[in-house]
Amino acid sequence: MFKEKTTEEIQAASRIAGTSKGAVYNNPRYRAWFYQLAMMLGLLYFFYSIISNTLGNMEALGAKTGFSFLSAAAGYDVLMSLISFDATDTYARIFVVGFLNTVLVSVIGIFFATVFGFIFGVAHFSHNWLIRKVAITYVEIFRNIPLLLQVFFWYFAVLSALPGTRESLSLGEAFFLNVRGFYFPRLIGEGGSWVVYASIFVAIFGVFFLKHWAKKNQEKTGEQFPVFYTSLGILFGLPLFFALVTGFPFTIEYPVLKGFNYTGGITVIPELMALSLALSVYTGAFIAEAVRAGIQAVPHGQTEAARSLGLKENRVMSLIIVPQAMRVIVPLLNSEYQSLVKNSTLAAAIGYPDLFNVFVGTALNQTGQAIETIFMTVVVYFILNMIISFLMNRFNSSVALVTR
Amino acid sequence: MKKISSLVVGGLALVALGAQAGTLEDVKKRGVLSCGVSTGLAGFSQKDEKGNWSGLDVDVCRGVAAAVLGDASKVQYKPLTAKERFEALRSGEIDVLSRNTTWTHTRDTSLGLNFAGTIYYDGAGFMVRKAIGVKSATELDNANACIQAGTSTELAIADYFRENNMSYKAVTFDTSDQTRIGFESGRCDFLVSDQSQLYALRIGLNNPDGAVVLPEVISKEPLGPVVRQGDDEWFNIVKWVVNASIEGEFQGVTSANVDKLKKDGNPAQLRFLGTEGKLGENLGLSADWAYQVIKQVGNYAESFERNVGQDSPLKISRGLNAQWNKGGILYSPAMR
Repeated sequence: MFKEKTTEEIQAASRIAGTSKGAVYNNPRYRAWFYQLAMMLGLLYFFYSIISNTLGNMEALGAKTGFSFLSAAAGYDVLMSLISFDATDTYARIFVVGFLNTVLVSVIGIFFATVFGFIFGVAHFSHNWLIRKVAITYVEIFRNIPLLLQVFFWYFAVLSALPGTRESLSLGEAFFLNVRGFYFPRLIGEGGSWVVYASIFVAIFGVFFLKHWAKKNQEKTGEQFPVFYTSLGILFGLPLFFALVTGFPFTIEYPVLKGFNYTGGITVIPELMALSLALSVYTGAFIAEAVRAGIQAVPHGQTEAARSLGLKENRVMSLIIVPQAMRVIVPLLNSEYQSLVKNSTLAAAIGYPDLFNVFVGTALNQTGQAIETIFMTVVVYFILNMIISFLMNRFNSSVALVTR
Repeated sequence: MKKISSLVVGGLALVALGAQAGTLEDVKKRGVLSCGVSTGLAGFSQKDEKGNWSGLDVDVCRGVAAAVLGDASKVQYKPLTAKERFEALRSGEIDVLSRNTTWTHTRDTSLGLNFAGTIYYDGAGFMVRKAIGVKSATELDNANACIQAGTSTELAIADYFRENNMSYKAVTFDTSDQTRIGFESGRCDFLVSDQSQLYALRIGLNNPDGAVVLPEVISKEPLGPVVRQGDDEWFNIVKWVVNASIEGEFQGVTSANVDKLKKDGNPAQLRFLGTEGKLGENLGLSADWAYQVIKQVGNYAESFERNVGQDSPLKISRGLNAQWNKGGILYSPAMR
């Protein structure tokens, strides 16, 4: 009697055939391996030929290649540097200078974009007509204007209109604002200042413990502890107390007008201000939309339930709505932060010395080594965005819905 | 952005095409010369309201087009920033770079490029506002400088301040127009650039009389056209077009008398203008190549006076850029 083979039987038969006497090229597993290998080799050859062809062409032109330029003196100055730098330092150091400046503007941008985004995103649901309209207007205006135009607006229209050095706007001879930047005093620690630094550290830890304890305490006894005000007290009171006890071991360096410029203190250059403003206001508008979307994704029943428990309006928002909305907001935040880091390359338009500007701009031009400089810069932006993605994914899993 | 696209194009072209020999054939086949110029610099390369380019650098482009194609107007101008210029040339996007570019050792030897001569002997200098009362660059300690990014000036000023134990803040911008805006807004105390550019930028100020150019010249900045390395035929053509313009002035050949001299000039003029000899053939050009250059563009003196000299708003005097027998250092190798 004829019986049809089941699929399993056919597969089993072919497996046996493959391992014993059947032709190797008929074995699906070996075939799969073969195609993968061929594909891999093809890809490798593709990249190899691109690279060797490029190097060959560069050599034919007589152009210099390789990374030896990194140890040569750069010979030009940079407007702003977080580490000491002068014209005798190397291209490698300029790379670090540019990298740090990029990180700085990105961190500032991300911080303020998040603040703006959450304020205006939540304001969208305000019962106050004016606040609601302001939030909507903000989003609609800044989301719809090209970022480069906004950078130019802040730099050439707003900050360039500030008064000159000698007519600086000042606050108590300590803070100055003029067309060349914002100047403020710097604290320089002397012996014994470590006690104060340590107390700041302790205060921060103390606040964390306080929060933890307050939560436990509330779960146990139902009593609420004024965490916010106590934290403020600890954060400012503790260092201040130790500063007084140690007799204020700091000297204050005020900015003073010397010749053409203010020297001393800390200077925030207008390029940094314009770029941070543009990036945070622009990205903030997108984050505001993400926040709005997140809040709207929480069913209205949650709000009603919270109200019927007798929670005040702001507690409804902070305890019930926002924590649930975070699940929707965080993945969106991730891509907004990544965009912000990439958009920071618009620095070149106004001369803020970020990585793209000092390295792909000036260093490339002075050395002529386009491929090397662009490669190094690409890797940095790639790694920065991978780090953001990693951190945000960690954060995301902490706010994700806990399933039991 | 233009810069990025030219970098990408540059990268791709490096991969795909590599060093092109035979630029001459390419240009002849295309029927138009692709010439890299500045984004706008009075006297050197600037566009008027009708879209016509003019200037000392532009005249090099026009001269090469006249010599190679017989028509000085067959030029396609590519405005480039200082940062993108070399990549544009290396990638083959342009045939000649004529963009007030300083001939330096590093650029000549490590970029895969060749400088085809000097059309303007320049030097970096300073422009300050009259109101700050500075008479010499040595009084500029702790001042802010507006500089164009990616220029040799960026290096020259770092050297100068180091040498004089002074400090400064370098505020760098992408285009020379932006350096002017920065200077006017008070972001910097002085603007540093090649002297010729300073005069050009000064007339673009809202109040040109409010600014002065300081006497110091802090560097050597010989400006000239650049071509790709490895194409000697093309290198020779550009080099000798520059020389033809200088030689034309030396021999007294102008666009006005060139037709007459082509017929009854002295032996040197007849050889120069192609009536006798084989100068054109050796370059791979027609016999009247130099005639076309002088006829359509003019000799060096005409070009200089028209663009940056007494007939222009810049009113720069010849100075170093006069013939060697008239107190300058212009000297064309022998035209024979």
